Amino acid sequence: MIHPATGRFRPGDAVRVLNEHRPGHIRTPFYVRGKTGWIERVYGDFLNPESLAFGGDGLPRRTLYLVAFKQADVWGAAQAPRDKLFVDIYDHWLEPASYGGQKDEHIR
Amino acid sequence: MSTSGDDHGHDHPRNELSAQAKRIYAIRDLLLEKGVITEKDIQSQIEYQEARSPANGAKLVARAWVEPEFKARLIADPKAACAELGIDATALNEFVVLENTEKVRHMVVCTLCSCYPRPILGRPPDWYKSFNYRQRSVNDPRGVMREFGLVLPDDIEVRVHDSTADIRYLVLPLRPKGTDGLSEAELARLVTRDSMIGVMDALPKLPET
Amino acid sequence: MERGHHDIGGLPGAGPIDKSQHELSDWEILADAVNQALGAKGVKRTDEMRRAREEMDSEAYREMNYYERWIASIEAILIEKGILKRDEIDNKVREFDKKWGEP
Repeated sequence: MIHPATGRFRPGDAVRVLNEHRPGHIRTPFYVRGKTGWIERVYGDFLNPESLAFGGDGLPRRTLYLVAFKQADVWGAAQAPRDKLFVDIYDHWLEPASYGGQKDEHIR
Repeated sequence: MSTSGDDHGHDHPRNELSAQAKRIYAIRDLLLEKGVITEKDIQSQIEYQEARSPANGAKLVARAWVEPEFKARLIADPKAACAELGIDATALNEFVVLENTEKVRHMVVCTLCSCYPRPILGRPPDWYKSFNYRQRSVNDPRGVMREFGLVLPDDIEVRVHDSTADIRYLVLPLRPKGTDGLSEAELARLVTRDSMIGVMDALPKLPET
Repeated sequence: MERGHHDIGGLPGAGPIDKSQHELSDWEILADAVNQALGAKGVKRTDEMRRAREEMDSEAYREMNYYERWIASIEAILIEKGILKRDEIDNKVREFDKKWGEP
């Protein structure tokens, strides 16, 4: 059963991945830290793997999002311009951002 | 319980096993001795895994190709759609189907380890777990696809999904053109495991037998 | 910022994808099954196993193959939880070496 989302963000919101060093078991990949994208989908609340990995109970649950990025924004202009990268990221690794690029391509 | 698996070996001689390999036999024996797990627990996991294969995914895809309402259900609630076809996807926390179109192709990776929709597709191929795939798929998906024979023009959008959490992804490949005359079973034979990971499209025609 | 040895998405230097597939050995099938059985019994969580692999020696991480890394993390977590002791495992391996003969 998926727990309903309690997090801060909604589909379409521009978000930036935190560029922090945090110890422990982190499921936010290095390559996406500090990058700006947008919320594609809100998956719901899940037990926190950062706690589960050390025998914790995983509470409080964290909202998990499907976060979309333009490949060019992550890796640079050599990427095919329409290409996208999607990463499943938890609420506590995101902050609001103002998206300077074109958002229209992701709206289907 | 007998130890050291004389009753299990049908493989290479035990004294040629690597150090790590020997350790799993030791760990297994100790866990059995201490009653942490049973022989039946191990055996049922082996059987569970063996019952899972890309054929499950191919069934889902073929049905989605022939029946638009099933495709809609598959995308809206993949676990329920699996249950309709007798595929047990209950072990998955959440499962998302990524539909390829003429304009969009998806590719799935787990850069941090090797997460894969095992309850449906079985074990991942060696290449999926390799460092090269984990490193390159996020910033060079088109290069990876080219190595699998799929060359895409820039006006087709490539979407890479890095499965970093409990969501497991299955690509729904595009139905190849000119397949109207094929039965559902024949269509399923066009759906390769690699097309459901997204590094290639489905086969354009039935393989020669 | 430090980057874990497992956190390799986008790292340069990767080569072509080797598409060869090896058939699983008995010990790999066993590693897989023991891992799943421990999970099913609630002895350990997948997140703990991932964390154990992240904590491995980095050189060992690169040199071991997939199931060897799994075995290392199964061992690490079972020892961490006090279910097994390293010297118990070492002794059992020594018994095997005596029984099967040194390679």
